[in-house]
Amino acid sequence: MADVLNRTAREIRDEVAGGTLSAVDVCGASLDRMDAVNPALNAFNHIARDRALERAGEIDRQRASGATLGPLAGVPIALKDNMCVKGMRTTASSRILDNFIPPYDATVVARLERAGAVIVAKTNCDEFAMGSSNENSAYGAVKNPWAADRTPGGSSGGSAAAVAARCVPLSLGSDTGGSIRQPGSFCGVVGFKPTYGRVSRYGLLAFASSLDQIGPFGRTAADAALALSVLAGPDGADATTATEPVPDYLAALTGDVKGIRIGVPRAFVSEGVDADVRRTFDEALETLRAAGATLVDVELPHAKYAIPVYYLVATAEASSNLARYDGVKYGYRSPHGKDSLKALYSRTRDEGFGPEVKRRIMLGTYVLSAGYYDAFYLKAQQVRTLLRRDYEKAFQKADVVAMPTSPMPPFKLGEKTDDPLQMYLADVFTVSANLTGAPGISIPCGFAAGRLPIGLQLTGRMFDESTLFRIADAYERLTDWHTQSPVI
Amino acid sequence: MYTAAAGWCLPRLNNSIAAGASAECDNYTAIHVRFGFRTPQSEAQLIVKYEPVIGLEIHAQLRTRTKIFCGCSTAFGAPPNSQVCPTCLGLPGALPVLNRQAVDFAIKAALALGCAVQPESIFARKNYFYPDLPKGYQISQYEKPLALGGAVEVTAAGKTTQIGLTRIHMEEDAGKSLHEGFFDSDRNTYVDYNRSGVPLIEIVSEPDMRSAAEAAEFFTHLREVLVSIGVNDGNMEEGSLRCDANVSVRPAGQAKFGTKAEVKNVNSFRYLQKAIEYEITRQIEVLEEGGRVMQETRLWDSSTGRTHSMRSKEEAHDYRYFPEPDLPPLVVDTARIEAVRATMPELPEARRRRFVAAYALPEYDAGVLTQSSELADYYEQVARDSGNPKAASNWVMGELLRTINDRGMNIADVPLTPAALAGLVALVDKGTISSSIAKDVFGKMFDSGRSADDIVAADGLAQNSDEAALLAIVHDVMGKNADAVTQYRAGKNQTFGFLVGQVMKGSGGKANPKLANELLKRELNR
Repeated sequence: MADVLNRTAREIRDEVAGGTLSAVDVCGASLDRMDAVNPALNAFNHIARDRALERAGEIDRQRASGATLGPLAGVPIALKDNMCVKGMRTTASSRILDNFIPPYDATVVARLERAGAVIVAKTNCDEFAMGSSNENSAYGAVKNPWAADRTPGGSSGGSAAAVAARCVPLSLGSDTGGSIRQPGSFCGVVGFKPTYGRVSRYGLLAFASSLDQIGPFGRTAADAALALSVLAGPDGADATTATEPVPDYLAALTGDVKGIRIGVPRAFVSEGVDADVRRTFDEALETLRAAGATLVDVELPHAKYAIPVYYLVATAEASSNLARYDGVKYGYRSPHGKDSLKALYSRTRDEGFGPEVKRRIMLGTYVLSAGYYDAFYLKAQQVRTLLRRDYEKAFQKADVVAMPTSPMPPFKLGEKTDDPLQMYLADVFTVSANLTGAPGISIPCGFAAGRLPIGLQLTGRMFDESTLFRIADAYERLTDWHTQSPVI
Repeated sequence: MYTAAAGWCLPRLNNSIAAGASAECDNYTAIHVRFGFRTPQSEAQLIVKYEPVIGLEIHAQLRTRTKIFCGCSTAFGAPPNSQVCPTCLGLPGALPVLNRQAVDFAIKAALALGCAVQPESIFARKNYFYPDLPKGYQISQYEKPLALGGAVEVTAAGKTTQIGLTRIHMEEDAGKSLHEGFFDSDRNTYVDYNRSGVPLIEIVSEPDMRSAAEAAEFFTHLREVLVSIGVNDGNMEEGSLRCDANVSVRPAGQAKFGTKAEVKNVNSFRYLQKAIEYEITRQIEVLEEGGRVMQETRLWDSSTGRTHSMRSKEEAHDYRYFPEPDLPPLVVDTARIEAVRATMPELPEARRRRFVAAYALPEYDAGVLTQSSELADYYEQVARDSGNPKAASNWVMGELLRTINDRGMNIADVPLTPAALAGLVALVDKGTISSSIAKDVFGKMFDSGRSADDIVAADGLAQNSDEAALLAIVHDVMGKNADAVTQYRAGKNQTFGFLVGQVMKGSGGKANPKLANELLKRELNR
C-alpha cells in the first residue's frame, strides 16, 4: 500500500472516485508513513489519525452511495500549524498557543474538506511563520528529508518536508516573505504562492496581514494547480480577497512554452549567489529557451531594497497582529504575572514567545512609534510602490520574471541562527512577490553537491497564476527533477 | 460567572488585573481641593478674568442590529459573553468585515451635521493593551476619517454660536471590564465581550465652546439630531452615547490656548456641565496660585463631583496607529451618499420651525414636541386627525408626556394611538365632554386601547346639556343655599363660583359648564 504515496493527488482522487482505491487505505498509508518518518524529520506537530480515518471512511461511504465526489476526494493533506481547524490543536509552533484549540475552521479548511480532502496532520513551522529555516519552532527544527543536518527552509518547513518525504501528496503552507517557495526549493518540491487576495486568509494566524498568503505544496505543478483551484476565490469572511474570476488552472497546462517571454533580472541575481544555484538557474533557463520560450533582460532597480522594506512592513504588522496573545482570553498565561496587569502581560509574552518573535515584535513596535513612523513605515510603503512599478514595467516586456528561489542551497541547521541578518538575506529573491502581491512558484531544477535540492522561482503578473502553472508543468515534462525522492 | 458561550474562552482574569487597576488608581491621590482660593477674588470675578475653551469628543453607538465587523447582535442586556464570535473575541486568524448598515448610519449622521463625507476613508489600528480590548488594538479611523468639517448652531444664555466640527470617524467599541460586584472582586476582574465590536462614530468638535453651559447645549443638540435621524438611541445610561471634554482656560483676551486636560467618563447629561465647570474652576485655581495646568487625562467621578488625574502627558499611550491591512479603503461614492440622504427625515430644527408656522404653536411647545422624531410624529397625527393643533399640543405635552414619564415608558410603547387621542380632543371640542371629564377618559383610554366614544357612552360621561334637567338642579341648589343666593344678590359676586360648583356637583360633574353658568346667572338675576 505504501506505493500509493508515490501517486499524485490527481491519480489518488481519480482512483478513489473510480473505486479502485479506498480513501481509508490511502489515509492509513499516509498516517503510517508520517509515524515512520516523523522521529527523523520532526515535520508534524500533530497527527490527526482518528479524525482523518473517520473523514476518509466518510469519503468511501459517499462513493459507495453513488454520490459525486469532490476534486480532492480521498487526498490526504497536511496543513501548516497556523491554520485553524475546528477542534484540532493549532499552535503556530509557539508555546503561547500550546493549548489552543480553535472553535472554528479556516476558510481553506472548509473548502478542502468540501472538496473531499482528508486533513491528516498539522505541520511544524517557524513560530508564527517567522523564519527561513524552521529553527524558530517551539517544538524544535524540522530536518531536511534530503540531508538530516540541513534546514528544510522556512517558515513552512514541515509542509515542504511532508511532501518531499512522500507522507502526503499535498500540503498547505503560508508565504509572507518566501515561506512556501523557499522551503519548496530546499525540499525539492513545488511550492506555490498565489496572488495576494486570491486565497482567503480567514482562519490563518496572521503574521503580516498585507503579505500573508496561503498556498499549496505538491510534487507536480498539476497537483498544485488542482489544490489552488479548490482554495481560490472570494470569501465573504476576508475583505481582502479579490473578486477576480478564478480560471481553470488545469486547463492552462498545455505543455507548451512557445512564445512565453521569461524576464531575467541579470543585475539583481548576479551577486551573492551560490555557484551551484547559478549553474542550475542558467541550465533551467536554457531548457525553457530551447523549448521555445524567449529570454529577455528586465531590470528591478528597487529590488535591492526589498529586504529592508520587508522587515519594516512585516514586523510593524506583526507587532500589532501578535498583541492579542496576552494571556487573558486563551493560550498560555504565565503563573508569574500575578503582581499586576503589566506583569501578567510581560511575563506571559516573555515566556510564551520565542526569541525571533520577540525580536520582530520589538522591531515592529519601534517602526510604528511616534516620531519614527514616517521615517520607517511610511518610507517603506513608498518604496513598496516603487517596487510594484518595477514589476509592472518588467511585465510589459516579459510574461514572468525568473530568479533563483534562494541564493543558496539548503544550509546547515544552526549555521545562521546566530546571525539574524544573514538569515534574513536568504529571502532576498522571494520577498518582492509578497511586497507587490504577485504570484510566485518554486519548482525543482537540480541539485547542489551532496544532492541538495535547488529551486527555480517564477513570478507572474497579478492574478496570472495560470502562466506560472503552464511553464512549471512544461518544465516538468522536459526534466525529471520533480520525480526524484530522498531516502530517509 | 462570566464565561464564554463555547467554553473555550475564559474572560475571567486573575488577581493581577484587579491589582493592576488599583495600581492605576494610586494616581487618584493627587486630588485637587476645590475652591481653596487664598485671594479675596470671587469665583465670578475669576471667570471673567479667564476664558474657558472647550471641545468635545462624542462617542455614539450606531443603531445597527449587528456589530461593525461581524454578525453578532448588538442588543443591550444579554447574558455576558453570549453575543460573541471569533472576530469580536479577537481569536487567532479571525478577520473583520465591515457592516454596510453601520457605514450608512455614519454617513447619515455626517450629512445631518453638515459634514463632508470623504470619497475614501481608511481604517487604522489603534494599538494598546487592555483586557477588554481582545485584539490588542482597536479598529478605528485616524488620518483619513469618514467625514470632515460641519457645524452646529447652539444657543446658550441668549447667545447663538456656531460650533465647528472637526471630523466624524467610525470605530469599534471595546468590551466591558467589571471590577466590582463579584464575590471575588478584590482579586479578580471579569470581562464581558458583548460590547466588543459594537459600531461607534466619534464626533470631534472644534475648541469653539466658551462655557460649560454652551458645551451642554451643544451635546444636547447633537443628541437630538442623532436620535431624530435614527442612528443613535440617545441612551447614556447604557453607554450608547458618551462624551469626553477637552477643557482649558486662558487669560481673557489671550489668543493662544491654555494647556488642556481631557476629562473622561462623563456618562450623563447632568454631569457634563458639572464636570466641565469643576475642571474650569480647578484650572483657574491652579493658575491663580501661580501654578501651571498639566496636560493630562482626568477622570470625572460623579460621587465626589471632582475630576482626578488618570495619566499625564508623559504617561500617554503611543497608539502606534497604522492603516488596518485587513480592510480595504472605504470608498463612498456620490450615489451612496444621495441614497442615504434620501432616507433623511426632517431634522428637529426644521420641524420645530414648521410646527410654529403651520400649527401656530408657541416656540416652547414646538421645542418640546420635537424632542424626538417619534414624539413629533405622534403629535402631528393627533393634530391632523383632531383638527385642533393647539389642543393636540396641550394633550401631548400634558397628560401624555406626564403619563409616559411617570411610568418610564417610551413613546413607541404607548398603547394609546394618536388617532384615539385625536378622538378625545374632538369630543371636548364638540362639547360632548368637559375638559375635566376628558382627563378621566384619557386615563381609561391609555391602557385599554378603547376609544373615547366607547368610554363616554359606556360610563355615561357625556355632558348634560339638557336645559330642563339642569334648571331643576339650579333651583335645587338655590333652594338649599339661600344665604349664598342672598349674598350674591346683595352684590357679593364671589359666591357665584361657589354656587356653580354646587350645580356641577349636583350633576355628577357632567353638567355642560357653559350652560350651567348661563342658567344659574339667569335664575339669580331674575
